[in-house]
Amino acid sequence: MQEILFFVTATLCIVSALGVIFNKNVVHSALLLLINFCSLSVFYLMLNAQFLAIVQILVYAGAIVVLFLFVVMLLGADLGEDVSTWLTGWNAFLAALAIIMLTLVGTSVFESMTQGQSGNFTPDDVAKYGQAQMIGITLFTDYILAVQLAAILLLVGIVGVIWLARSDSRDLILAGKALSNKTK
Amino acid sequence: MANFIWLVIALPVLGALFNGILGRRVGYQVVSMVGPAVVLAAFLVGVGAFIDVLNHQGEAIQVHLWTWATIGNFNVPVTLLVDPVSATMVLVVTGIGFLIHVYATDYMVHHDHDHTHPDRDFARFFTFLNIFIASMLILVLGNNYALMFVGWELVGACSYLLIGFWYDRTEDPQRAIEIDGAESVSIPSLLSPAASGMKAFVVNRIGDVGFALGIFLIWSTIGSLEFTTVFEKVHELDHNTISWIALLLFVGAMGKSAQIPLYVWLPDAMAGPTPVSALIHAATMVTAGVYMIVRSHAIYNLAPEVSLFIAFVGAITAFIAGTIALVQVDLKRVLAYSTVSQLGYMFMAVGVGAYSSGMFHLVTHAFFKACLFLGAGSVMHALHDVIDIRRMGGLKDKMPHTYRTFFIAGLALAGIPPMSGFFSKDEIMAKAFEASPILWGIGIVTAGMTAFYTFRAIFIAFHGEPRDHHLYEHAHENRSAVTVPLWILAALATFGGLLGLPAPILNELGIPIPHLLDNWLKPVLEIAHAAEHGEAHHLSFMTEVVLLLTSSVVAIGSVGLAYFFYVVNPEIPKNLARTTRPLFAVLANKYYVDEIYNSIIVQPALNLSKTMAQGVDMVIIDKGIVDGVAKVIGMIGGLLGDLQSGYIRHYALATFIGALLMVGYFFFR
Amino acid sequence: MIDQIPLSYYLLLSAILFTIGAGGVLIRRNAIIILMCVEMMMNAVNLTFIAFSRYLQSADGQIFVFMIMVVAAVEVAVGLALLVELNRHREAVNIDEFNSLKG
Repeated sequence: MQEILFFVTATLCIVSALGVIFNKNVVHSALLLLINFCSLSVFYLMLNAQFLAIVQILVYAGAIVVLFLFVVMLLGADLGEDVSTWLTGWNAFLAALAIIMLTLVGTSVFESMTQGQSGNFTPDDVAKYGQAQMIGITLFTDYILAVQLAAILLLVGIVGVIWLARSDSRDLILAGKALSNKTK
Repeated sequence: MANFIWLVIALPVLGALFNGILGRRVGYQVVSMVGPAVVLAAFLVGVGAFIDVLNHQGEAIQVHLWTWATIGNFNVPVTLLVDPVSATMVLVVTGIGFLIHVYATDYMVHHDHDHTHPDRDFARFFTFLNIFIASMLILVLGNNYALMFVGWELVGACSYLLIGFWYDRTEDPQRAIEIDGAESVSIPSLLSPAASGMKAFVVNRIGDVGFALGIFLIWSTIGSLEFTTVFEKVHELDHNTISWIALLLFVGAMGKSAQIPLYVWLPDAMAGPTPVSALIHAATMVTAGVYMIVRSHAIYNLAPEVSLFIAFVGAITAFIAGTIALVQVDLKRVLAYSTVSQLGYMFMAVGVGAYSSGMFHLVTHAFFKACLFLGAGSVMHALHDVIDIRRMGGLKDKMPHTYRTFFIAGLALAGIPPMSGFFSKDEIMAKAFEASPILWGIGIVTAGMTAFYTFRAIFIAFHGEPRDHHLYEHAHENRSAVTVPLWILAALATFGGLLGLPAPILNELGIPIPHLLDNWLKPVLEIAHAAEHGEAHHLSFMTEVVLLLTSSVVAIGSVGLAYFFYVVNPEIPKNLARTTRPLFAVLANKYYVDEIYNSIIVQPALNLSKTMAQGVDMVIIDKGIVDGVAKVIGMIGGLLGDLQSGYIRHYALATFIGALLMVGYFFFR
Repeated sequence: MIDQIPLSYYLLLSAILFTIGAGGVLIRRNAIIILMCVEMMMNAVNLTFIAFSRYLQSADGQIFVFMIMVVAAVEVAVGLALLVELNRHREAVNIDEFNSLKG
């Protein structure tokens, strides 16, 4: 049962991933990316990480993909490029070969690195205390500093984005443009 | 009071700080109060220390202040040594220093129709003078060679600063000496103060290298630099090492005390203000070499060959400098060569083991030579810095105080009985005769020349008809700040002889007067005395008397000869100059020593420096190594710059390749 | 409840996803797609973390993923803002037109 679910989801995941990079239409790419993210959240559920599965849906599907779509909407959907110029059969074969080789190499390397320290995050405990609660306790005790830094990072990100989106930041970019024209 | 001996150093330092920091703001009147006052205070402390030593029967008092450096077993304590020798030096330095400070308060001010113009750098002058006093006291009071070396270098630096005090003055050409009926003799121009200071500094460095090497050798063989330890252990060393130590230390003395072959800086040092010439280049600093050898007598007693060498270097220096002084036309240079000559006498004395005689002559020389220099300065001051004796003449009526004191000090320098110079010089001559009649022979000839050139200068400058009427009209006697020190020094030059009356003769005649200075220094020089008495090689009474009479006769005769030459019959020296013109030219040009040094040492050194600077430094190091490194890095940067295509994809690819390589490393490991 | 799926399956899937993402970054010229591919690579890594977290029974991997998500959110926000800004001036999202970093 588990294996069937795994292989079906994995196929969906890989196909949607390939779709993202081989699709001409940017909106389609974004939607395929959404599928890809959702299939990953299935894996998270299978891996007993329910909290992160929900976060994955909320953050990636709910925020990031929507953000992509917004930007596409802002810039216009006709920004795609002609994929057929470079996507020939031979190139696709080579790319597939490279992907397979690399994944084999990568996997075997990762497999050799499984001698990590076992924790006390057993399924029994998870069942007893609840997934989100245990993550929360760990997050706000052992990793409190990281949480604070993440908060600061988010703040910086917000400020940065606001600054970039300001209309008068154009002047700076115009200056950069003039400079790059000069060097051309 | 000896425990407060550090005050004699601290007070001038304080004065220097005050004059250096506030001097410009408070005005020259305050500086002329503070400058001499601190030296006077130091002198009073010195007198207190002197009385203390007197009460201790000459026992040395060590005042430990702090430890300067301790590295392993290398230890430099800042400890001041108060014993008869250093107490004497302290009194000479601070006493004469005070008089010269007072003198300088007027000398450094120009009076012009009731207006006073202090020198532009009045405060700087007194700052340097105060620093000099402090440095000289460090030199004489240190109880180890390291501290002595510190003082030694500091006085050298002060000398440099003060010679070049008027650093913006330029080279001063000297008028050629005209000889009737023969071609005139051209003489080199006087170096600018800045160049003179540099010359003094560089020549002194040569000596200082020797001195430093000597100190290193003492340290590496004995393992201590403290005088007491060194002198206790020095006899354990082998003879060669002792000789090397003695010789290297003497090289330092050669530089500092202007002995052949390093005497050339002293005459040029006269470019400094006259109080400096009097204080540093006559009375105190240049005698540091003599002091050092007296202090190190335990070493020199064990190196008789080196001592004899020193005696001969001293004698030859005395003679050579004396001959040059015979024909100089610059009043201060006559005195400068005379100083070199008299320092030669002192080295002759310490070379033959007569350390107390050397000290005796050091003290009396300080008195009369300071007086002579100050007198020369007084003349310069009155004549608006003219120092060429050919433009003087007849000044004795215009400047009676200067004339009289100059005359008295001249008598002392000439060695006319019963002036101080007579006793001290005669003592040296007697001791030299004991050691070697050759030394005595050189000495007596030099003594005759000394008397001659001193009175030649006096007769030309002060007697006869005025040669430059304009200058003569403007000449005037100086204020009491100048004349009072002159008179005090003249008195000291007259009665200084009482410190060392010829006891052997007087005792023989039934007058029980002791040799005061001899007895006073005895505790320090005990070893020397023991050696002297051990040899029991004393001159007979008759020899002593004959020597005494000979030198008196030579001195008086030479003065008479000078009188005959320059007052009675001025044609004689002119005829003499004409008939012996080549010799005259050589002497007037100081044996061309400066020219010889210039061509065999200075120019090659300059050329080498130029090669190093323009060839090695600018081409090989600057262009080759420094620029080369920059160029190679720039080239590498240019090559690597081509890798920067600006396309994000290329950077990403490079990153992935890097990641792959790392993964591959783990995989194939 | 011990999972039946071996760890290596997840690792293999993660590696495939990562490589596809990397390939996308290299071959696509559209800046928006490139950003998507970067997100995909991050997700591949997240999967690895969670898989290891599961098999080592440690919460640390999940914390890492959580942090990566925060960073990814910020990164996308800033990256897209930059993109919009670039597009305003260059009227292009083709990264081959931006090479002013050329040395």
